[in-house]
Amino acid sequence: MSRKVYLDNASTTFVSGEVLSEILPCFNALYGNSNSLHSYGRDASAIVDRARDRIAHAINAQKSNEIYFTSGGTEADNWAIKGIARANASIGKHIITSSIEHHAVLDSCKQLEKEGFEVTYLPVDKYGIVSVADLIHAIRKDTILVSIMAVNNEVGTIQNIKALAKTAHDYGVIFHTDAVQAIGAFKIDVQDMEIDAMSISAHKIYGPKGVGALYLKNGIAIENLIDGGTQERGKRGGTVNVPYVAGLGKAVEIACRDISINQQKLKAIRDYFIKSVNEKIDYVQINGHPHQKINGTVNMSFEMVEGESLLMLLDLDGIAVSTTSACMSNALEPSHVLKAMGLEDELAQSAVRFSFGKNLSKSDIDYVVECLAKDVAKLRSISALTKAGRR
Amino acid sequence: MYNQTVMSKFLNPKNAGALRGANATGKAGNSSCGDVIKLYLLVDEEGIIDEAKFKAFGCPATIACSDIACDLVAGLQVDEALNVSSKEIFDELGGLDDNRVYCSVLAEDAIKLAVEDYYKKKAKENK
Repeated sequence: MSRKVYLDNASTTFVSGEVLSEILPCFNALYGNSNSLHSYGRDASAIVDRARDRIAHAINAQKSNEIYFTSGGTEADNWAIKGIARANASIGKHIITSSIEHHAVLDSCKQLEKEGFEVTYLPVDKYGIVSVADLIHAIRKDTILVSIMAVNNEVGTIQNIKALAKTAHDYGVIFHTDAVQAIGAFKIDVQDMEIDAMSISAHKIYGPKGVGALYLKNGIAIENLIDGGTQERGKRGGTVNVPYVAGLGKAVEIACRDISINQQKLKAIRDYFIKSVNEKIDYVQINGHPHQKINGTVNMSFEMVEGESLLMLLDLDGIAVSTTSACMSNALEPSHVLKAMGLEDELAQSAVRFSFGKNLSKSDIDYVVECLAKDVAKLRSISALTKAGRR
Repeated sequence: MYNQTVMSKFLNPKNAGALRGANATGKAGNSSCGDVIKLYLLVDEEGIIDEAKFKAFGCPATIACSDIACDLVAGLQVDEALNVSSKEIFDELGGLDDNRVYCSVLAEDAIKLAVEDYYKKKAKENK
């Protein structure tokens, strides 16, 4: 079996040619340290500045100096949550987030709880939406930070970020969002959406792994997470990873430039996939919001079939999918996101995430659905669960 | 993540499926991960397990452990089957990752529940 189809683009993507050609010269031709004063350094610094400008422009930040480069989305989340909380602890020690955040946010909140902060984890409805009313009820006098992800990585549900951010601001609370899965899926305007801080990653949008950025509106107090130099206006120490920062800048620029064409294509692929699955396989449930979701991700439960076994069979067919977020796939517990959405354990256990990329064809989808039908039938034939007694 | 023995048992579990005429069944479930194993035994009049089959909802390790459990109990006296341990299943598979050891425990549970079911049914018959 030589055919291969990659349907795990929400975990990571390949690096596009345009991005790669931006990165490569920075390894040997333009290899200066962007912090050095000489011409090598100034050339490198110009590359970093251009990347900063590109990102600021793509998300409509007021100023380029509101973009800080990090080692990825996880560092950006850690820094935003811990840094903003610690810098504002004299005002209050209460934070609000949602129960379906990425672990970069949830685990940062857990750390802050150990340091004496209080955290409220907002529930979500069965589609994975955080309600603005719930946020209003949760805000207290000592609330200093609200962090709600723009798009959920497991089910693709889009939150009402503008309404949530405005609500936080009505009460004078800082608003952060993890936009790692949202960049390139729809237009993000940090000024219009009233976002104070936002985490970005390169490797979900055809950029390299290990680089990301934090957008932080000027005037928002933050403590450093990484000390050790004057880089990034003294807020994030460490020699800037010039090649990857160049790649991130280009990746964000392209992702935001091509939103309309990419989304049209992803929507066509996604709709064709769902239609084909529904034609060929029974007892399938789609998890997530029916409309308010990104086009690139579909989360499906194949009843009576355990997700990881299905993943392994598809892998032998050359098809890559994911059972929950990749960081979790060693965990025994079913996904915290699907649980928060109220899915029964068995359906959560049966969930598989398909995330599409811009290089897929309809014939790839035909192949995937053919394999899916075969593998689901195989596992159902030996399943200990039966349709009887199920809905 | 899974060794070759586990993968080959997972891909071709020769004991998978329902067992016609089974006179004992054991259903074991793990509440935290949701895996379920159903073990079917066909025990003859002398109390020897003639045949064992399974159905499972679970990860590849759970399916492999179920298949091995059937191999290990087939041919044994019913009460001897109680001696088949999760360790034996684990060893027979050439080992499992730490976070999959519970799958072998689940298979052992299924054996114990099936044997219990056999004695229960027998006690009823004798009444």
